[in-house]
Amino acid sequence: MPVEVRLPTILRPHVGGVATITAEGKTVGELFDGLVARYPSLKGQLVTETGDLHKFVNVYRNDDDIRYTGRLDTPVAENDVVSIIPAVAGG
Amino acid sequence: MAGHPAGAPGGGDLSPTVPDGFAEPTLRLPRPEYLRIVGHCYDGLPDEACGLLAGRLRPGSLVPDGRIDVVYPTANADASARTYSVDSRDLIRSLRAAESRGLELVGVFHSHTHTEAWPSPTDVRQAMEPGWFYVIVSLKDGDPVLRSFRITDGNIRETPVVLES
Repeated sequence: MPVEVRLPTILRPHVGGVATITAEGKTVGELFDGLVARYPSLKGQLVTETGDLHKFVNVYRNDDDIRYTGRLDTPVAENDVVSIIPAVAGG
Repeated sequence: MAGHPAGAPGGGDLSPTVPDGFAEPTLRLPRPEYLRIVGHCYDGLPDEACGLLAGRLRPGSLVPDGRIDVVYPTANADASARTYSVDSRDLIRSLRAAESRGLELVGVFHSHTHTEAWPSPTDVRQAMEPGWFYVIVSLKDGDPVLRSFRITDGNIRETPVVLES
């Protein structure tokens, strides 16, 4: 079940420069595992070594921040759009 | 999310219109969007205010062409006079609004209420996007001062700013 994943500019070099890719999985975590398998340099960019979502990354399933919908266990279905945006913060 | 693969776009040749010591591209800001930025910064007092900048990338590149088409004022989730975090819900709303117009998020602005318009150590540490414009508006004096920077691997480089009609 392919799901569209939209990437911020900083991650596009890892996937050949494109802004949008499709990935397979039933959860956001499965999508990310599949992407890292295809694009190994993505490892560590999205998920920490302990298997949690990186704190500097915002991930949305459609318009929902996955921090509030089950984090990496957030289910995804066909026609969902998963968007990745680096946290935007400073002082 | 730190790091940028070697050889990735992020620099480019200096344009002849960019003065010595400045980074390209020049930030080209329509005057109404400039006023929207400055107004949002004053509205946010006494806290820091923030918002996102949308534009286009140069074809075949990850670097903005420099023109800001739309500014999206956002809430500062930190509600602080010392730090800002773009509110998560406003972030996705802004991204969707940009996408619907065929635009990309290409930068962020925020205010410094009592310090210069220069990136703080926190700004440098938390800058994630080497291609983005990091715009800072200082409100410490009578008139607002807006400056723009690119922040790459901890290095600060100022970009020229031009107001357009």
